Amino acid sequence: MSRVNDMSILIGGDAGQGVESSGAGFALSFARAGLHVLATQDYRSRIRGGHNFYQIRLSERPRYAASGLVHLLLALTPESVALHLDSIAEGGAVIFPDKFEIDEAPLKERGIRVDALPLLRIAEEHGNRIMANTAALGAAAGVTGFPFDYMASVIKDNFARKGQEAVDGNVRVAEAAYQMARQRYGDDFGYKLQPLPEAPKRMLINGNEAFAIGALAGGCRFVSAYPMTPATSIMEWLATLPPVYGVVIKHTEDEIAAACMAIGASYAGARALTVTSGGGFCLMVESLGLAGMTEVPLVVAEVQRGGPSTGLPTRTEQSDLLFVINAGQGEFPRIVLAPGTIEECFEAGWRSFNLAEKYQCPVVVLSDQFLSSSLRTLDTAAIDFGSVRIDRGPTLTYEEIERLPDGYNRFQFAESGVSPRAVPGHPKAVYASSSDEHDETGHINEEIENRRLMMQKRMRKLERAEEEMRPPALYGPEGAEVTLVCWGSTFGPCREAADAINEGGGSANVLQFSDLWPLPAEPAERELKACRRTVAVEQNYTSQLAKLLRMTAGFQVGGTLTKYDGRPFTPAEIVAGLETAAAPVRR
Amino acid sequence: MVTRLDPKIFDATADVTWCAGCGDFAVLKALKLALADLAIEQHQALVVSGIGCGSKLPDYMTVNGYMTIHGRPLPVATGVKLANPQMHVVVVNGDGDSYGIGGNHFVQACRRNPDITQIVENNQIYGLTKGQYSPTSDKGSITTTSPDGSIELAFNPMAVALAGGATFIARAFAGEPKHLAQLIAAGIQHRGYALIDVLQPCVTFNRVNTYDWYRKRVYHLEDEDYDASDRDAAWARAHEWEERIPLGVLYRVGGLPTYEDQVRALQDGSPVSRLFDLAKSPRPQQYERLKEEFF
Repeated sequence: MSRVNDMSILIGGDAGQGVESSGAGFALSFARAGLHVLATQDYRSRIRGGHNFYQIRLSERPRYAASGLVHLLLALTPESVALHLDSIAEGGAVIFPDKFEIDEAPLKERGIRVDALPLLRIAEEHGNRIMANTAALGAAAGVTGFPFDYMASVIKDNFARKGQEAVDGNVRVAEAAYQMARQRYGDDFGYKLQPLPEAPKRMLINGNEAFAIGALAGGCRFVSAYPMTPATSIMEWLATLPPVYGVVIKHTEDEIAAACMAIGASYAGARALTVTSGGGFCLMVESLGLAGMTEVPLVVAEVQRGGPSTGLPTRTEQSDLLFVINAGQGEFPRIVLAPGTIEECFEAGWRSFNLAEKYQCPVVVLSDQFLSSSLRTLDTAAIDFGSVRIDRGPTLTYEEIERLPDGYNRFQFAESGVSPRAVPGHPKAVYASSSDEHDETGHINEEIENRRLMMQKRMRKLERAEEEMRPPALYGPEGAEVTLVCWGSTFGPCREAADAINEGGGSANVLQFSDLWPLPAEPAERELKACRRTVAVEQNYTSQLAKLLRMTAGFQVGGTLTKYDGRPFTPAEIVAGLETAAAPVRR
Repeated sequence: MVTRLDPKIFDATADVTWCAGCGDFAVLKALKLALADLAIEQHQALVVSGIGCGSKLPDYMTVNGYMTIHGRPLPVATGVKLANPQMHVVVVNGDGDSYGIGGNHFVQACRRNPDITQIVENNQIYGLTKGQYSPTSDKGSITTTSPDGSIELAFNPMAVALAGGATFIARAFAGEPKHLAQLIAAGIQHRGYALIDVLQPCVTFNRVNTYDWYRKRVYHLEDEDYDASDRDAAWARAHEWEERIPLGVLYRVGGLPTYEDQVRALQDGSPVSRLFDLAKSPRPQQYERLKEEFF
């Protein structure tokens, strides 16, 4: 078995062992070598102890899902070997410190190479014992024949702030392990990694980072949030920006305050963001209604994790779709976007602010743990600042306010439903806003006719918004035998599943929904009806998109495929699941 | 010396729905007076309220007003202040709104010291929902939700504010509107978070804590040899209630930075000022540099 630039490396260990940081650094060395990288982390909600792993999929073409197969396992704990035994591919290998007592029989039975190496001794001899992870990574590079220079460059960058001694020690340790592994096992290991010097320079970035950059470029200058996995890194990334970018970050006392501060900042005229996961979004629900009723633009990034309640804090799920679409008492317009790729996260970062100001309503961007936290290589052009547009909708500039006639009505019964918005601070636009029903001036009013007109004005915004919502996007050949219907991060594995089916002589495509509310019902129905067989693939129990399609487009999908164990779909699971996915939607 | 404005510019035409004799009238009048005395115009101030009788106050004024949801005016106001520090932000809400449902935000505001003035219309009862006991109801208060007398200790906003780090803590009485207006003006002038807890009778649902009840107990700290910068003295006075209730500035410490003062991103302009510039010049070259950390 021999293969070049097509493999997965898995680093398994205990929480606190540096699995994630080692993995991310290793992934970067492959990105620098021109390989396409998809790096996913699997960890528990704790600081110390318990098995964690980091998986790096490497290829000469972009990858959008973890493969489920492991070709090289770096076991930092004995437990890692047993836990991942079943996923190790034919001809694969396990690298582990030789002091571990590992039962090698089941590995050898399956033709898996067992590479016991004196990793601790190497670390101690060439640096110090805390560098055992580095030794394991060096050994992995050695057996795959990956040139050492790329690793050395990342070690130099990553350890620079710890001083020259740390840099030199880690380089020495990595290189010693590299040479030993290469000499001992390199010839017998069939999976090889080679740099692609012709490849363009690529970024290694995750969905949260891409969203944060997009938001910044879109003019976001205020972020209030309460830390909640897996959304926190959006706020953390923006918090590292130097003051020149002018982004005010407020870590609040809770998610209620987070949403309310963002509403206050937005009411005052800033582009304001709050980020959270499902549990925090629950606390924001009443505030969402405030933004809806007082027509304040608000962007909420809801990065989903396994629910309900505390659920699976560090794992992935898509179970908040119907909640987010319906959250809040009463009826008010909102927009819900669900990027499916890291590129789309960047775009949603700025587009959400345009939509929020254009329709003066809350915009929720639904992401999830898998999309938000997995690193993928992106061509630098994919983060295209030139594509960013800032459209403030009917937000009045100071000059426009200056020209206003007397008697400005903030909540004027505009035909489009969107009334010109003056931010407070100008003598010509002094007005009241109220969460109570109000009249055109903003003052509280419970009269019948006013209520009817004001409800109609607000709800009309949805009709306009629906016209610009994107229809589902088709990936793959038209008229395929089976269409995988999906939204959000499931697009990645669906796309690879369709590719695999088509490459194997079958026929499949993917219909990806990214603008979920208001759902563009007409084009959705048209596209869905043109499909031969539809299967909704979702990371939830109740097939929420399928329900939404039945509710809005009147379309019943042919089958559903669900997963709710907190781990992202692999393409192979989808391919296999299609066989049995004929079951009707659960009622 | 600023030229004082006519408080009538803050008048509005809306029908006021408060009961005759309600202490909220005094707060409304005093706030208009204080703003006029400080020559703050209608567009330069924002009054943020929550939900409850007293939180309807912005509806009865001509000023920027934001009537938010129950318990949440402080975070909304903090967001405004961080986006546009130039705005004079005043929060007006009741005891239930501020010390009950919004209690966490109240404590956080005390320790953060944003330049916000909060006026709490403290009538020791839930009025708009028709007479349930509130966080400041005295233990034993008989109300619709405590028919046998409440069994909780009353919340002490003065002591909590002091313990929480508030830099200006005052107490006023709705029966003395001029004094109330002076305290509101002093609170607005104070750089930092200012709490003005207003004792104000609910003439419909609180038949115990009436104007007479208060008049028999209140006294003025200004009339005594009292040093408002003495934290220990403030702590002692904060606990006076049964026999004597102090009015005036209980505690004041000046010269401390506000929350906004310490936000680095606000040093060269606010999010609001930047946004209007940004729409014209997105400065892509400044963003391009951000990609470097991902290589």
